[in-house]
Amino acid sequence: MMWDWEFTAVVVPRLLDGLVITVLATLIGYLVALALGLAVAIVRRVRIIGPIVHAVMEFIRTTPLLVQLLFVFFLAPSGMTALTVGITVLGVHYAAYTAEVYRSGIEGVAKGQWEACRALSLPPLRVWGAVILPQAIRKVIPALGNYLIAMFKDTPLLYAITVQEMMFHASGLGGQYFRNFEAITLVGLLFVLVSVPSAILIRRLERRYAAV
Amino acid sequence: MPLSDTTGAPGPEAAGGPLIRFEKVVKRYGDNVVLRELDFEVAAGERVTLIGPSGSGKTTILRLLMTLETVNDGVIWVNGDSLSHMERNGKLVPANEAHLRRVRKKIGMVFQQFNLFPNMSVRKNITEGPVHTLGVSKEEANQRAEDLLELVGLKAKIDAHPTQLSGGQQQRVAIARALAMRPEILLLDEVTSALDPELVAGVLDVLRDVAQTTDITMLCVTHEMGFARDVSHRVLMFDAGRIAEEGTPEQIFGDPREERTRTFLKAVLETG
Repeated sequence: MMWDWEFTAVVVPRLLDGLVITVLATLIGYLVALALGLAVAIVRRVRIIGPIVHAVMEFIRTTPLLVQLLFVFFLAPSGMTALTVGITVLGVHYAAYTAEVYRSGIEGVAKGQWEACRALSLPPLRVWGAVILPQAIRKVIPALGNYLIAMFKDTPLLYAITVQEMMFHASGLGGQYFRNFEAITLVGLLFVLVSVPSAILIRRLERRYAAV
Repeated sequence: MPLSDTTGAPGPEAAGGPLIRFEKVVKRYGDNVVLRELDFEVAAGERVTLIGPSGSGKTTILRLLMTLETVNDGVIWVNGDSLSHMERNGKLVPANEAHLRRVRKKIGMVFQQFNLFPNMSVRKNITEGPVHTLGVSKEEANQRAEDLLELVGLKAKIDAHPTQLSGGQQQRVAIARALAMRPEILLLDEVTSALDPELVAGVLDVLRDVAQTTDITMLCVTHEMGFARDVSHRVLMFDAGRIAEEGTPEQIFGDPREERTRTFLKAVLETG
């Protein structure tokens, strides 16, 4: 099988368009996962509401992302674009994971820190914002970073709900030109091209925060 | 109330009721009864040392006062306010967080493990409470932090982080942090137990200073008998959740009546 360079020239610009969507979905979805996961980790400690939120997140964590994407896509109001559905579902799905990461970080903060806060009567906003979370999050930055890459690698699933990310274009053009091999290989390469530098960046962050 | 002011510092005020009063306080952890119907009082300005074998309930008393634990039975009064209940429409109801915060503001605590905030500078550690709990201006809190660091001999370390300090230095910062809240009551929970022997004296000197220059009521759990003898008005010997003996430092250390006190002091002085 010969590599078709002509087809490559046709498909690469479209794949790059798709890559923009992929990266966009990952970044926004990740922000959702970071913020929602944190909220969940904190609310989980509240009586009555906590266990309910926990049960919902456990359900999300134990069902496949693809099923969730299709389920929400078909139920979503017609005004909601596929991309919006995709980002929301990705964000919420990964929030179930980041919440667990935050939880372990919060539980890792020494009991004496809570007691010192109490001895100073600090208001809850300061307890969480100035004492507990800065210490908890520092410890879990590597774990949170890994989920960014995992999420990035899960974005091809958005293809199933017609989001025009890389796989969408690769599959369309690959089928049209009968050059699936080139199309899929290029998608893989582009993923590597983004993943590897991101992984290196995360390692650096990790080292920087571990040092302090 | 037995009292003997050996240091020349102001003694407890005779007028008014006790600042702290334990009324038949019971504290259990599961089946383990730590405090058995404990009654005792501390007057304003009084410095009381709690001694006794580990597990005798001394630390629990401080933790109950700081509301880090709740009583199973009985009442603790601080300046006429209950730590477990509050008055609403003439009735006693369980205390809410606002009530606890108000009562707690009068109390400061220094912990065995220092518990400084490692993510904040020394300055921030000391100003955090005054600024965010008491609503003091940043300038004023800063000024007070500098004065207190001067007192504990660490002014040069104001912008250091706790991890850059020795244990003794961290504990002195923790003392400054507690004093920054201008507490009426200072709780000292085995503040030198986690320190290397050569660092103990520096911390105790700071506390002697505090005892001599202020009229803060102090409750102190310690195994440093020399320090207890120097600063306290009264010593309480605890055993199995009860007060086995109480008296002036001279009496307890010089002529203990109870056999339990004698064996405990002998053991502590031999190892210490």
